[in-house]
Amino acid sequence: MTDTPRLTQAEKDEAEYFARRATESGVPRPAAGSPEEPKTLFDVQEMELNFGPQHPSTHGVLRLVLKVDGERIVEAKPDIGYLHRGTEKLFETETYPMGIPHTDRLDYIAAATNNHAFCLTVEKLLDLEIPRRAQLIRVILDELQRLSSHLVWLGTSGIDLGAVTPFWYAFREREQILDFFEEYCGARLTLNCMRIGGLPFDLPAGWTERLSELVDDLPARIDDYEQLLTENRIWKNRTVGVGVISGEECIAWGLTGPILRGSGVEWDLRRAQPYECYEELDFAIPTRQGGDTYDRYIVRVQEMRQSVRILAQCLAKLEAGEIRGKVPRVIKPPAEEIYASIEAPKGELGFYCVSNGSNRPYRMHCRPPSFINLQVLPRLAKGHFVSDLVALIGTVDIVLGEVDR
Amino acid sequence: MTEEKPKEAPKKLEATDASEHPWVRAIRASLPDTVLSAKEFAGQVTVTVAREAIARVARHLKEAEDFKYCVDVTAVDWKTRQPRFDVVYHFYSFSKNGRIRIKCPAGEGEEVPSIATIFLAANWCERETWDMFGIRFSGHPDLRRILTWEGFEGHPLRKDFPLEGITTGAAVYPEEWPEGGGPAASDPNRKAVS
Repeated sequence: MTDTPRLTQAEKDEAEYFARRATESGVPRPAAGSPEEPKTLFDVQEMELNFGPQHPSTHGVLRLVLKVDGERIVEAKPDIGYLHRGTEKLFETETYPMGIPHTDRLDYIAAATNNHAFCLTVEKLLDLEIPRRAQLIRVILDELQRLSSHLVWLGTSGIDLGAVTPFWYAFREREQILDFFEEYCGARLTLNCMRIGGLPFDLPAGWTERLSELVDDLPARIDDYEQLLTENRIWKNRTVGVGVISGEECIAWGLTGPILRGSGVEWDLRRAQPYECYEELDFAIPTRQGGDTYDRYIVRVQEMRQSVRILAQCLAKLEAGEIRGKVPRVIKPPAEEIYASIEAPKGELGFYCVSNGSNRPYRMHCRPPSFINLQVLPRLAKGHFVSDLVALIGTVDIVLGEVDR
Repeated sequence: MTEEKPKEAPKKLEATDASEHPWVRAIRASLPDTVLSAKEFAGQVTVTVAREAIARVARHLKEAEDFKYCVDVTAVDWKTRQPRFDVVYHFYSFSKNGRIRIKCPAGEGEEVPSIATIFLAANWCERETWDMFGIRFSGHPDLRRILTWEGFEGHPLRKDFPLEGITTGAAVYPEEWPEGGGPAASDPNRKAVS
């Protein structure tokens, strides 16, 4: 008989497993008996869990292969491409104006901003001037789209975390906004509402008056959402401290939009590199310092308030005028290359266009914010519970149409 | 905004030589023999650098020139040109509030040094470029296909890849819905597609 404890085979395996895991993941096993020592029944083994693509909280067809240790995520590997439709290839086969409807299908809950980024790229290449009325209407459409996109985000990410009520409020207002789009261009989702050099239609009669009424109502309605969530204890429990990322890291990962601003970097393309008439508009760039899911929620809600402010200013500035600049009948840009980007609801949306002088783009590449932002999900999810993953997918705010293109 | 500008004769935008641009000179000064050419068009600076030097140029831009945000990595297929591809990088500097475009020519089968370890954001972009164009990035931590699946043959954004797709073995009813996608076999427009 010896004094050294004899380990069973299972205990040996476990020790070996944790030693291996500590070297692989860089997270050392807490000492036995310490308060950090995991007590879960499943702690003794890691397993792979398939999350999606048909999971309601993935907002489309995102698949994640999770390596979990009990409820904790050790590793998350996104698997994308289920919605790949070859949009960039399609751009190459059709003339410039024919590309605009394809952009609707990228971020399909924010079609107006996609149209805008595409048109802006071609306009920059052609060096076109946009009439002032068209600029203002474009900004109005953009901000309405930002509102409706953030409302979808608010409703769905609330539902993902079990808060069903905000969904009904958010979608009530979104319906009203979609009604405005429908009245303007006939479509509610795939808007196709901009043209190279301006806009397809002028505003219908009475549209601005009705929009003014909605703009007056919206601040009180945003208060309603905040009343439901901002100080809600369950909401805070699920979001505060979940998925914390610093501003420096955001820049390293190329994150833009509310994620970047939620981490304290005050950067918005509408201010940094203004396009259309954003230069003369008065709006704030909401930022928060914490960089967690709750802060990103606050930033998005504040952005909605700023959008309402921008809408009110644009409506006041609106005056009669042309809605389309001087556009050549056949659009044949010089054989050059250009990159133009706008602040879409989800971040920097850019198009890189290479022209060879013909009426079709030689190469049209989309820089989608969702695709780049989704990259950070494994980094955010590491160490969190599986149920937090749902909050994290919500907070990154992806649209798979844009991720997969 | 547009009304404030004085009316002048419409002039065509033209690319100008940008070798004297301060950013280009800075790259030249610290990394001699890497810059092949530089041009400016519509206020955007494009610098073409040698393929082997791209990682060094990226690191220089990040550390010395404060271009900390890698916006995008993609490629252009020039089909008949030698070398066939251009790999295109966009970087943004918060302090300068400016963008720079770096291009490096790469021939078919040539490996481009990866910048994914310098800019985390470039990881998926380089994977996409490999998937869509078949350009390999040496030193990439995880160079797998991203939008298509492992085992897919061909690179869709190459100019010689057919628009109607290729036979992949994934079709369920190949008689009516041909493999590789596109309109139905009975659709009269089918032939007009490619």
